[in-house]
Amino acid sequence: MTLTLENVSKVVGSDTHIHPTDLRLEPGTMNVLLGPTLSGKTSLMRLMAGLDQPSTGRILWQGDDVTGMRVQDRKVAMVYQQFINYPSMTVYDNIASPMRLLGLDRAEIDRKVRETADLMKLSPLLDRKPLELSGGQQQRCALARALVKNAGLVLLDEPLANLDYKLREELRAEIPRIFEDSGAIFVYATTEPEEALLLGGHCATLWEGRVTQFGPTPVVYRQPADMTTARVFSDPPMNFLSVEKRGERLHFGDGQSVPAGSLVAGLNDGGYIAGFRPNHLEIDAQDGAMTFETTLTVTEITGSETFVHLDHHGERWVGLVHGVRSLTPGQTLTVHLDPSHVYLFETSGALKQPAPYSEAA
Amino acid sequence: MTDTTAAPGAASIPGDVTAERNRATTARRFRPNGSAIVMGLYLLFLMLPIYWLLNMSLKTNAEILGTFSLWPRDVTFENYVTILTDASWYMGYVNSLIYVVLNTVISLAVALPAAYAFSRYSFVGDKHLFFWLLTNRMAPPAVFALPFFQLYSSVGLFDTHIAVALAHCLFNVPLAVWILEGFMRGVPKEIDETAYIDGYSFGRFFVRIFMPLISSGIGVAAFFCFMFSWVELLLSRTLTSVDAKPIAATMTRTVGAAGIDWGVLAAAGVLTIIPGALVIYFVRNYIAKGFALGRV
Repeated sequence: MTLTLENVSKVVGSDTHIHPTDLRLEPGTMNVLLGPTLSGKTSLMRLMAGLDQPSTGRILWQGDDVTGMRVQDRKVAMVYQQFINYPSMTVYDNIASPMRLLGLDRAEIDRKVRETADLMKLSPLLDRKPLELSGGQQQRCALARALVKNAGLVLLDEPLANLDYKLREELRAEIPRIFEDSGAIFVYATTEPEEALLLGGHCATLWEGRVTQFGPTPVVYRQPADMTTARVFSDPPMNFLSVEKRGERLHFGDGQSVPAGSLVAGLNDGGYIAGFRPNHLEIDAQDGAMTFETTLTVTEITGSETFVHLDHHGERWVGLVHGVRSLTPGQTLTVHLDPSHVYLFETSGALKQPAPYSEAA
Repeated sequence: MTDTTAAPGAASIPGDVTAERNRATTARRFRPNGSAIVMGLYLLFLMLPIYWLLNMSLKTNAEILGTFSLWPRDVTFENYVTILTDASWYMGYVNSLIYVVLNTVISLAVALPAAYAFSRYSFVGDKHLFFWLLTNRMAPPAVFALPFFQLYSSVGLFDTHIAVALAHCLFNVPLAVWILEGFMRGVPKEIDETAYIDGYSFGRFFVRIFMPLISSGIGVAAFFCFMFSWVELLLSRTLTSVDAKPIAATMTRTVGAAGIDWGVLAAAGVLTIIPGALVIYFVRNYIAKGFALGRV
């Protein structure tokens, strides 16, 4: 069971929702669509499900063209961000309804409903109506309905976004385990890079209707193909600095420069864009680190970590440093950056050289 | 209450039970204030005509015309017996009910898919069409009486129940569409899509999942169709003569050789109120939302 998108695009009026996209999703894999709101995650999912028809291109399921096939005839299941159940039916009937439509016999349906309800911890609630359940239970009911159907393609559109923090963590841990054995293709849309990393599998990053990169999640995270991907797959976004490589040094701003040593070995002289993640900026001095003089604009203390918003000659950076620091906005702050954490991008945006640490790992 | 305080065993209940009772009684005693008086007067004015109708229906013609009495001196059910035994009377109710029910069924059958389309799809001119529907309600029925009369006469529909039912669709279908559209809009589109993904065909989804979700809306729409069709006089009188003559028409034509039969007319009036009151009981919790065309 593979799902292949060939040159699929979606244009509505004068808006391009999805630029031509090629994707190949392998059976039994978890595929995360990662991107900010309005980046096209839901549009892409609706095309995969067959709820919308692509403007161009073909969608192949196990090699068969299913473009334009009725959604009822596609073996898909979908869970929305809103908790969508059939309010007039009990939880039991909700879970049973896809199987009843498939014409399974009564005993078989009953067995599977109870089995799934057990798995989803819904057993005591089978006689209730969905609206009498808590949000987490409602979403578990929706997940159970998606699960019993034994669909080859399961689409989860930000299924945990409307849940509170604790429930989200609990269900996030359960979802991959629950769906692992089914052998189906999972597509999971999320706006949070952290969630994508926790789910593992493959990851497609989306930006303004374009899939910027698709590959194993850790690879996409460590070696983003371009600046856009790096920006999407980093929270807070990756910091960038325009640099000019001349010899062994990186020049930037008006006349400042840092020695870059091994980082730039083998690269042609010229303009590059250096990128680095917020958690790699350090306030404490490091051996062999590049140092930058910045002005602190805002600090946010999360409890065990401190976000520092910095102004580096007009460029806005965000740093995430360990511990609670007492810093005064407006003060100058010297930050340190290990060159092994620096990505170098072409000025066009394409990755020139991933950060050395990412290749070591 | 004095009985209660002296009740045997009351003293043996721990705590000062009787004192509690006394306080409660005092609080419950009616103390008139400004708003209660205004409300009382309003209700009086509201109920007076209905009471008077009931009052008249239980009197003899002699009493109605001869004396002024606040309640029937000589209660008689003769007027009701007349209506329920005389075919020219009770057939009026039967005819009215037939075309009202026909109209309600037709209106809902047409309005349900139309409202679904308006709530789910966007098409060229949908908003204009939607508004235009409502403007149909703004024209007085008298405007349409003449064309309907001529049209139905020429196609042989004159004096049939279906003729009145169809004529009433003119203003009931738009109303039902507006009410149902409001209720349908409250149902997230994702429910439709989930149902399709689960394998429901459109028809099955609509009947099994969607209609239960908007059942209160259907009830309210049915009530409004029923009500407006039931009270409408002009079209129903114009389009019928004998076979489908509605009760309202019967009532306006009852001037006999002996003058107007007041008692029977009043009894007919009472019986005319009853169906509406029955129907409104079932949708009482949703009427407010219905008047707001489902958009609350």
